[in-house]
Amino acid sequence: MSSRPELQSQPEIFYNDEEARKYTSSSCIIESQAQQSERDMELLALPDDGVPRLLIDIGIALEREVEGDLMLADMGQDEGFRPGVIDGAINISAVQWLCNADKTSHDPRLRLKAFFGSLYRCLTRGARAVLQVYPEKLAQRELILGFAMRSGFAGGVFVHNPHSTKKRKEYLVLNCGPPSLSAATPQGKREQEESCSDDEGSGDKENQTVYSSVCISGRQRPRKKQKITKKGNGREWVMKKKEQMRRREMSCLQIQNTKLKRKARF
Amino acid sequence: RENEQRARKRKMRLLTHNMLSSNIKGVANGFPLRIEVEKVVEKQVDFNADFLKNMFAKIEWKALVDASRSMGYSELPGDANPAMLDSDDFLQKFHHALLELHLEEGALVCPETGRKFPVNKGIPNMLLHEDEV
Repeated sequence: MSSRPELQSQPEIFYNDEEARKYTSSSCIIESQAQQSERDMELLALPDDGVPRLLIDIGIALEREVEGDLMLADMGQDEGFRPGVIDGAINISAVQWLCNADKTSHDPRLRLKAFFGSLYRCLTRGARAVLQVYPEKLAQRELILGFAMRSGFAGGVFVHNPHSTKKRKEYLVLNCGPPSLSAATPQGKREQEESCSDDEGSGDKENQTVYSSVCISGRQRPRKKQKITKKGNGREWVMKKKEQMRRREMSCLQIQNTKLKRKARF
Repeated sequence: RENEQRARKRKMRLLTHNMLSSNIKGVANGFPLRIEVEKVVEKQVDFNADFLKNMFAKIEWKALVDASRSMGYSELPGDANPAMLDSDDFLQKFHHALLELHLEEGALVCPETGRKFPVNKGIPNMLLHEDEV
């Protein structure tokens, strides 16, 4: 995005009918939004068991044709869902609006806290939220991640096309509680495990899809003893892979394991 | 043009109502929201038994019964259990109440404070005022 909408104006003024129409009638943008949505859906990694699920899509422009029911709510307030009913959440470019204090009474920190708190509460155990973010600076990204973690989420940042300035997209992939057994692992993570050992220098072309890794970590990780198996998947191996990734300049934000105890939920 | 018209046909189904709760600060139990009806539209929706069976576990049954009655439909049994999902008759009624009754105009009302969340053109407005946050 060359000009950031959230820098131009307050959200309710920017997304008026005319602007919203721009988002629906321009075919380029429709495709881009749809592509983003598909990526969100991939990252949601819903089990392929044919069971229908309730999803919420946050922050869509009103003009878009949508299948489900719409509601008007403020992301920075509690959206008002019953606890544990939503199976997944996708979001296109809306989180960064929260970082701007567009009204004097809005404290970005409080709004981020309210957003992630209510999102966490409405999700069912093991559900996932995928949010696309365009943080202006590293500090903003850290701020967003920090509030996500403090609300109880585990997760990380998934970067698509990290080497392309134009096509680079960052996704916040958040898990609400331990993933269910049937949840699929996003492709990025599998590639992390395999591709680290080969293909060192490739994948720098702009139009090649380069999947970065998804780092899933969090407070809920079970405290297993880290045995050194025959494949060497002990702590040493993990540190070595991390170092390799850093050297390859793959963007992967590891969420620090904090010492805070997880609050009781549900 | 056609796309615009299609896009404007928003709906608020009782499936959604069953998931919503009053989010006003200080409210202990904001569920379920009462429904004030100004305009209800019945729309035909394709029947999908699997969808209904899977959604059943999520639904607060009493809230659905009360909501459908306020929308003018009284056929749902007062209590329900999973065994009833084998009955096609039950499924049809469940389907109708959950997915085919659409609130276009009216309000959702907080059960504790009486505060109204307006529903216009099928879209509930859950925005809170500054002092309710």
